[in-house]
Amino acid sequence: MSGTKANYWRRNLRILTVLLSIWFLASFGAAILFAEELNSIRLGGFKLGFWFAQQGSIFIFIILIFVYVKLMNRLDKEFEVDEE
Amino acid sequence: MSLEIWTYSIVGLTFLLYIVIAIRSKAGTTKEFYVAGGGVNPIVNGMATAADWMSAASFLSMAGLISFMGYGGAQYLMGWTGGYVLLALLLAPYLRKFGKFTVPDFIGDRYYSRQSRLIALICAIFVSFTYVVGQMKGVGVAFARFLNVPFDTGVLIGIGIVFFYAVLGGMKGITYTQVAQFCVLIFAFTVPAIFISIQMTGNTIPQVGFGGTVDGGAYLLDKLDQLSTDLGFDLYTATNPDNTVNIFFITAALMLGTAGLPHVIVRFFTVPRVRDARISAGYALLFIAILYTTAPAVAAFARTNLLTTVKDADYKEMPNWFKNWENTGLISFDDKNGDGKIQYVADTQANELTIDRDIIVLANPEIANLPAWVVALVVAGGLAAALSTAAGLLLVISTSISHDLLKKYVTPDINEKGELRAARLAIAIAVITAGLAGLNPPGFVAQVVALAFGLAASSFFPAIILGIFDKRMNKEGANAGMVIGILFTTIYIIYFKPQLGGPGTPEGYWFGIAPEGIGTLGALINFVIAVVVSRLTPPPPKEVQELTESIRYPRG
Repeated sequence: MSGTKANYWRRNLRILTVLLSIWFLASFGAAILFAEELNSIRLGGFKLGFWFAQQGSIFIFIILIFVYVKLMNRLDKEFEVDEE
Repeated sequence: MSLEIWTYSIVGLTFLLYIVIAIRSKAGTTKEFYVAGGGVNPIVNGMATAADWMSAASFLSMAGLISFMGYGGAQYLMGWTGGYVLLALLLAPYLRKFGKFTVPDFIGDRYYSRQSRLIALICAIFVSFTYVVGQMKGVGVAFARFLNVPFDTGVLIGIGIVFFYAVLGGMKGITYTQVAQFCVLIFAFTVPAIFISIQMTGNTIPQVGFGGTVDGGAYLLDKLDQLSTDLGFDLYTATNPDNTVNIFFITAALMLGTAGLPHVIVRFFTVPRVRDARISAGYALLFIAILYTTAPAVAAFARTNLLTTVKDADYKEMPNWFKNWENTGLISFDDKNGDGKIQYVADTQANELTIDRDIIVLANPEIANLPAWVVALVVAGGLAAALSTAAGLLLVISTSISHDLLKKYVTPDINEKGELRAARLAIAIAVITAGLAGLNPPGFVAQVVALAFGLAASSFFPAIILGIFDKRMNKEGANAGMVIGILFTTIYIIYFKPQLGGPGTPEGYWFGIAPEGIGTLGALINFVIAVVVSRLTPPPPKEVQELTESIRYPRG
């Protein structure tokens, strides 16, 4: 049993690592560190770096949380640690 | 109907609504008082968290701030939303599983130490108190500006209303009034934004209009860039490479601070299950993002409108709203070269126009010629934002006093009834103290908001994360990390804030980091010290290791 629990935790950490990397890339990456370069690409009326900084990163944040919820609920079921 | 009657009616109606809700959700037990009984629906909690989170500053000042900063405003937009990802993924579900009432509860139990709990308790009170004073002041300002009520009376009305529903209902009353306040504030913010977006770009959705075209066929943001450079300002959309480090650190400090603020964390103790805590953070961010993605659009619309209106224009031909706001002193014009035209330029020597950035939100309905009821709605929205945040903060203060201080330190044998009475008394005293401080704010209040975030980032955030993810973390490590993190952050901020009497100048900033961003470094220092010290001292007791293990799994 403790073996499966350790497995659950490892899978949880893997989900966190992937999602938080995206979180970092969208905000600190696209919107700050690479904003200047991305600004040479256009997305309709927006320069891309500016769009990430003032709109896109926030949309990505929301998507990340909902994806996390979905993945974790599935993981809870798989390892039978889900609540009633 | 005149603007004044509209404003009185709408503000009066919303206040009445809050009171009715408060009466219907009176708290009968300490569990109801501290965590609304722990059975709050996750969507309801999401709305309450959103209202809790969005303060008078988010509602009234943020769009204006962005309007004058351009691209750089992103630090607030991302900083005050990105923290929710951390909250959802790293804190909320585990703290919900832990299942007590407060942040000091977690710190105290996880680090099996009264000192740890006391450090957390002092931080919680300090962070919340500095924050709440600003909200009280915001209520006073909103009243003074729109209802022709003196500032003091405005603050007193604010105290009265918060007093009523916070003392009566505790977290339960606050949660349900916050839901109403969220609806009021989000409606009040988006309605003018939609109208302005339609007028300027023909798009109903401000987020789309933001990237849309204006009458000449050019993109709005290109036109804004052009107008800005014509007047000698930087491009609105351009990054500033010299400022990259600073934006990075400020954004991170606001994110970590958000995830570490006790009044936000405590909201996740109110939902019934771990899975509810996760999804609830998602709803909270979704509701917050409605305002946070609209605000930068409003900022760009308003900036474009303003520059087009005043660029080389005759002072005599300024529209009505210009004159109205001139009367309040928020816009002032000084015809330095005496040519009767307005020179609004980047060069401070030649510039003739001064604009308070708060008017961006306040004057927007007038600039767009919207009816008086919309203006009244914006006032009610600003008040809702200030009141909801104030109430959430006051609850943290009162819980810290009655639950963490009295029950754990002073009178451990206090019974349920006595504790509830103490909680009510504590919140009553907190409301009045915060109100009085708001009436007569010490000059540094506005400055210490940076401190509130910096402290939350450099104290709670690392201590909680390590408490969950590092089973080996012990009290020695956590305490050393918190104390050094806080001391470092506080000293740096005081030293480099002239408003706090510090001697430091921007030339002396470490790595060019402004005081607003130093919480990030404080948090890193906290992490490193905590890990190093914990490895050199004995591991935590077995039952604490079991506790750490148990909060990792939703069941069992």
